[in-house]
Amino acid sequence: MSADNPDRPDGLSRRALLGRVTALGAFVALTDVLPSAGDAEAQTRRAPAREPLETLTQAEADNLEAITARLIPADPAGPGAAEARAAHYIDRALGGALAGSRDAYRAGLAGIDAYARAAKGAPFAQLAAADQDAVLSDVERNTATGFEGAAAFFNLVLSHTVQGTFGDPFYGGNRNFAGWDLIGYPGVRLAVAAEQQNLDAKPAATHMSAYDYSMFSSRKPAHGD
Amino acid sequence: MATNLRRTDVVIIGLGATGGVAALPLAQAGLDVVGLEAGTWLAPADLSPDELRNNFRGWPQTVQKANREVPTHRPNASAPYSPRPAIHPMMNAVGGTTLHYWAQSWRLNPWDFKVVSDTRRRYGAAKLPKGTTVEDWPFGLEELEPYYDKVEVEIGVSGQAGNVGGKIDPRGNIFEGPRARAYPMPPLRGTGFTEMMAGAARSLGWHPFPGPAAITSGRYEGRSGCVYHGFCNRGGCHVSAKGSTAVTTIPKAQRTKRLTVVTEAHVTSIDVDAQGRVGGVTYRKGSEEFFQPASVVLLASYTYENVRLLLLSTSKAFPKGLSNNHGQVGRHYFSHNQIATVNALFPRNLNTWYGLPAQGIAVDDWADDNFDHGALDFIGGGNLWIYSDRRPIAAANMSTFGRAPRWGAQWKAFIRENADRGNTAYLQRTTLPYEDNYLDLDPAVKDPLGFPVCRITADYKENERRLADFTQDKMTQWYRAAGAVATQKTPVGTMGPTTHAYGGTRMGDNPETNVVDRWGFAHEVPNLGILGASVMGTSGARNPTLTAQALAWRTAEHLAANWKSIAT
Repeated sequence: MSADNPDRPDGLSRRALLGRVTALGAFVALTDVLPSAGDAEAQTRRAPAREPLETLTQAEADNLEAITARLIPADPAGPGAAEARAAHYIDRALGGALAGSRDAYRAGLAGIDAYARAAKGAPFAQLAAADQDAVLSDVERNTATGFEGAAAFFNLVLSHTVQGTFGDPFYGGNRNFAGWDLIGYPGVRLAVAAEQQNLDAKPAATHMSAYDYSMFSSRKPAHGD
Repeated sequence: MATNLRRTDVVIIGLGATGGVAALPLAQAGLDVVGLEAGTWLAPADLSPDELRNNFRGWPQTVQKANREVPTHRPNASAPYSPRPAIHPMMNAVGGTTLHYWAQSWRLNPWDFKVVSDTRRRYGAAKLPKGTTVEDWPFGLEELEPYYDKVEVEIGVSGQAGNVGGKIDPRGNIFEGPRARAYPMPPLRGTGFTEMMAGAARSLGWHPFPGPAAITSGRYEGRSGCVYHGFCNRGGCHVSAKGSTAVTTIPKAQRTKRLTVVTEAHVTSIDVDAQGRVGGVTYRKGSEEFFQPASVVLLASYTYENVRLLLLSTSKAFPKGLSNNHGQVGRHYFSHNQIATVNALFPRNLNTWYGLPAQGIAVDDWADDNFDHGALDFIGGGNLWIYSDRRPIAAANMSTFGRAPRWGAQWKAFIRENADRGNTAYLQRTTLPYEDNYLDLDPAVKDPLGFPVCRITADYKENERRLADFTQDKMTQWYRAAGAVATQKTPVGTMGPTTHAYGGTRMGDNPETNVVDRWGFAHEVPNLGILGASVMGTSGARNPTLTAQALAWRTAEHLAANWKSIAT
């Protein structure tokens, strides 16, 4: 399916480029240097710089960025987890609500990187997309030699990437409501009319966080919680 | 050393679904009641439409007592432990889990009260599953009917009656037992999807109807009607349409000036005097310890904590735990056989992004003993329930029906097309107690105060497994009739920590096999009452809360009417 092909016509994969960018440690999102093909809006919309890290090390963050970008990749139909800033969501939550998973991320990200070097000869973030997918598939199936607990870590990262892509943007992910727009979620409403529940109704997207509503803005969860 | 507080008539441990109900008739009768609640009050502004917080993070703004006391589980005494969930299915707050429950508010059907005698009469004694310890309830539906009625009015239940005084109304559940009158409110409205499913059920010759909910379908007693915003499932209601005891019976009881609510009170033991009668309870609030003397104690925490507190409350009179000299505390435990379900994929968007789990359509044709089991190898049945409810993270976690991997470009394409095309039924089934399913104290795992947590040793048996398969087939048939292009049965699971936990302090006339008598008072401790689904001996095929609340009202009313004989 061409729409899902992560490789660019120029032969350079988006992910390989991202790897080069992030390997330099640049606080730059992919879309700053590489507009996603076929998405006119994205080409005119500059994504913000990557946020300052709150919990992860730079190397861990680069690795995690690359992983989330393969779990839910950007494609011509729209942004993916990297653009939704799922990694930022995870980085923040690991200092709060997901603090119990901090050690699992330390070990798991190191495990993926070590396996990427052993199997493909380079750190995960610097691999081409196809090689990254192959590495992740091995991790998912628990066949990544030398990486104990690989499948459990894969499931953890996948579940958190989904949370960071489709959760309320208050928590640092789902940037520009990318996740909600992807699946057609019409958004948080405080009341829903009967006709909005008809089979063919298509309520307009609200593009509101729960905490954009004044009723809840004074009771925001603590940062990280 | 505990600070001794002033004596009160009644102390209630836990102001949730049942304690919050029982407080009202007691206070109205003029008794002084102290309600000890581990959690705090939550305001409507605390109940935000936030899927991450409500559904994934265990309500971080509430008191984290339950989440630190999650029971352990093993399927049987020689099996390894199951992974322990990080989040307890229940929460601590004034109103308890009624703040965020689904609020489906069913009455049990007549058969549920007399499973043993009805099964013997219709199919013969051999039809009862091997190893079950099920008994008939000490009374029938007709005894509980007035209390169901009182609670439905107090908390505000909407629904369509199917049987008023024996007159069947096909718009409601034609299988329900007779009601004295209609629900206080009409049912929640239908949606495009629920109407489509109702039509499909009728095309099969079944009898679909909108289910009852403790949620206002219009203005009721000063509360707003439901706004259908889609965060009811484990979320609270920001307009107080959900009939939580925090917005109904508890404030009403407070207005009598007879109820004192003590929040952040963590009860650690129920204490007895030399005669073996309950004298009060010990609790911690912050770093301080208090003893609250009372003439009567009502234990209303939750099934796991009810059992745990009894087992932790040892004394000379009760060396194996309070009211456990017959060894029945923790026995006859079962969790609802409701895990196995059916996922369906439709070829069109269903627009179920909004709504609530209680906004749905039920089919009871295959519940209880509403159909002939003569040629079947199980007893009981299931309530089939579909509803309008979807949130974005849950949508993204939908089954891919074998049509896409779990991640990557193909997954993304699948989810973009199908996020609003999946549906999952809620199938609740008859579940029975068995001799080797029970609760006790975990020998190793402790809570932060150093007390052992509750341990569940329990698993579903053949009757539950056959019944699960049968109801899944019926549900599949229903989805296919509505146009589903793919369906998928999910596994029956095991009896880990759940919101539908029954038994452990069962109600019955025989003190050899039951902890509480027909009024809800302990056979061994006459001034100790126990509230909650822990007293229920059968589950029926529907949510337990309204039954537990009706029983709580009945226990409280009995106490008030017989105060002298129970309290002294």
